[in-house]
Amino acid sequence: MTSISPYVLEAVNISKRFGELQALANVTLKLRAGSFHALLGENGAGKSTLVKCIMGYYQPDEGDVLFGDRQQAITNPNEAMLLGIGMVYQHFTLIPNMSVAENIILSRPRLPAIINWKQEMTQLREKMQAMPFQIPLKAPITSLAAGEKQKVEIIKQLLLDTKVLILDEPTSVLTPTEADEVLGQIRAMTRSQNLSVLIITHKFREVMNFADEVTVLRKGQYVGSAKVSDVTPPILAEMMVGREVISTPLQREPTAAQQPVLTITNLHVNDDSGVPALSGLSLSINTGEIVGIAGVSGNGQRELVQVLAGQRERMDGTITVHDHDYNATRAQMRQHKFHCLPEEPLRNACVASMSVADNLAFRRFDRPPFARNNGLLDRKAIRSRAKELIDRFNIKTPGPSNPIGNLSGGNVQRAVLARELADPVDVLVVANPCFGLDFGAVADIHQQIMAARNRGAAVLLISEDLDEILELSDRLLVISNGKLVYETTPAQAELATIGKYMAGH
Amino acid sequence: MWSYIESIAIPVAALLLSLVIFSVFILFSGANAIDVLEAIFRGAFGSWFSWQNTLVRAAPLMLTAICTALPARIGLIVIGGEGAMVAGGLAAAMIGIALNGLPPLLVISSMVLTGSLIGGLWIAAVGAFKHYRNVNETISSLLLNYIAIAVLNFLVLGILRDPASLNKPSSYPIGDANMIGNIGDTSIHGGLIFGVVTCLILWFVMRRTTFGFAVDMIGGNRRAAQLSGLAVGKLVIVTCFIAGAAAGLAGMIEIAAVQGRANTSLNAGYGYAGILVAFLARHNPLAIIPVALLLGGIRASSGLLQRNFDLPDATTLVLQGIIFIVILASEAFYGKLNWFKPKVVTA
Repeated sequence: MTSISPYVLEAVNISKRFGELQALANVTLKLRAGSFHALLGENGAGKSTLVKCIMGYYQPDEGDVLFGDRQQAITNPNEAMLLGIGMVYQHFTLIPNMSVAENIILSRPRLPAIINWKQEMTQLREKMQAMPFQIPLKAPITSLAAGEKQKVEIIKQLLLDTKVLILDEPTSVLTPTEADEVLGQIRAMTRSQNLSVLIITHKFREVMNFADEVTVLRKGQYVGSAKVSDVTPPILAEMMVGREVISTPLQREPTAAQQPVLTITNLHVNDDSGVPALSGLSLSINTGEIVGIAGVSGNGQRELVQVLAGQRERMDGTITVHDHDYNATRAQMRQHKFHCLPEEPLRNACVASMSVADNLAFRRFDRPPFARNNGLLDRKAIRSRAKELIDRFNIKTPGPSNPIGNLSGGNVQRAVLARELADPVDVLVVANPCFGLDFGAVADIHQQIMAARNRGAAVLLISEDLDEILELSDRLLVISNGKLVYETTPAQAELATIGKYMAGH
Repeated sequence: MWSYIESIAIPVAALLLSLVIFSVFILFSGANAIDVLEAIFRGAFGSWFSWQNTLVRAAPLMLTAICTALPARIGLIVIGGEGAMVAGGLAAAMIGIALNGLPPLLVISSMVLTGSLIGGLWIAAVGAFKHYRNVNETISSLLLNYIAIAVLNFLVLGILRDPASLNKPSSYPIGDANMIGNIGDTSIHGGLIFGVVTCLILWFVMRRTTFGFAVDMIGGNRRAAQLSGLAVGKLVIVTCFIAGAAAGLAGMIEIAAVQGRANTSLNAGYGYAGILVAFLARHNPLAIIPVALLLGGIRASSGLLQRNFDLPDATTLVLQGIIFIVILASEAFYGKLNWFKPKVVTA
């Protein structure tokens, strides 16, 4: 790439307010023709809002979007598509029971009332020759792996004569190997064809390996742009957070004689549609040990957490805690000090309409001092306990009686952490604890999980973030297709081998 | 604080809007809307006589409203108050007939217990179907209404039929001695006390006990409740039982305080009107009391409209229906109207 190529897309001085929230303030983003540009920022920094302003989902309050030198008023995504701006979303937008070809053709912005399928298919086959990756056109979407679906999404956009391709965290559903493959091929296209790419990501590795330029946002403000060759991950982190990121290394203390606490044998569980999600999963976790389960999203992780949390029935298999049968009843949870930090805490562990104080009391509201023996609640005790936890865990809320649904994601996460970890813990199940959280909160949560382990808890950590698992775990397991297929330790782990097992080969 | 203002302002605004729409309807029926509204008010709350009429109608509404309000707190939309009222009333009548002749206190107590038990089991079944077989509770409770009414007709036209009841087939009477009397020398029967006391007790239970807390947890987010290990199925069934018991009690009162025997007066629509009361009261047992008075008043005024304006008897049902639709639509506004919120100063 020559560094003097012209800008193909400029978003200049964009501001956008939502009610009282200033989502974007004077943000500028300039995308050079034929470049691979990364948009970096913490959650809530305004990355998605900026992209949605470009795509015409939102109208910016101030500022202009310039496309190919001309100021363009893009009022809806269809117009953006007609101009040649295409977007691939974080989650798939394919229709599962239709074929690849049908999905591709249906995505055209101007579709005739009657489709000449024969002609369309011939054209499609011709165009596919020029694509960086090949997908069988007749295959139904349901038969494709996540990586292939992502490729269909990208091909869909490229076939629309897209000049600017926007990718919103495209690799969150891919294995590291798949991610490298897809990003590598897209990068190659920016070199060989007239394509410019804007990628939203929070993975430094992807920025450093694939991007030419990077723009960083923080809390709706423009922080800066740079050539990737001029920056390092610590510099990017500082730009994102606004201060130097000093990570306190996690203190992994040696723990005494290890005994199995949580034992799962031959677990069979079905997903919502009755298809087996776990088939014969067995594992055992000892005191003072973090066992990490890595895998691509959708390989049974969610169902495993739900069974342990009491949110799903199992078809077969046994779960024991301290050699007692465990069925996720309240009495058993209390007896075995079994606690859980599920993903998406507001959706899985909180009642949004109830107060912070009530949410903090979920584990103990029916026990003295919060309830007298005849079942009467002591609201005062619940409130004062909540105040104590709010201080101790640094939960930012207007007050204990504020509905928890009004809190930010990080503070909801902290509230759940406070509820689950304030009391002694023997077994802790953690799922994707850092989804959607900023650096500070992530470090904080990792410290808390490690501290629980050091106090002797058996911790099951299920995460789609391999780095997180490598950092925290004592033992690492890989889940694929509802089975544990590989075991290693972070010290001996090889990324390539793990990736191979994650992909199910 | 602001949510309290909101939860009063929105229903009041919805009620006013309903009256406006109703007025348009009245204009099309050829009457003067202002006069009709004034007559409704007079028929409902204009005199001691109309107050008594209103209170008599409000009593069963309070109990059937509980039948929708309580399951709603745990996340189920149950519309089976009519069926539970019929089933409870029918069972109470049968016990009353069977025990007729024993000391009245014993008979009445047995009727209260039987009516509540059968009504409770009726809706508990809805909860159990939902929990164990994932049967949609709205559909199953609605269908159970028809079953209850069919059983009532079958028995009242069959083995329970008193040959002396000609125009309106009815069961044998439970006996005058076993009737719940009126309060003082009014025409208000003792059922009102059952209704008010039930609402007050359930308000306390929902607000101040661990049971109420658990119910609100499940209704607010079943996953969070499961994560905390709550026995969701048990709590759903118990809540449905209490709800059905209230409606069954309403049926018992209709027998023991008004009709004296089982007949089709048991399914006169109190169960369905109770759904409206529950939604208007936002499923708060305390708020059910005034809302039931309001709806009882509208029902009480229907005769007056018929006599004075030559409007059909169903006119007040139209008003009820309009209120119901507008109230359901107004649910969409909760938490969205920012003039109810204090201004937050952002830096």
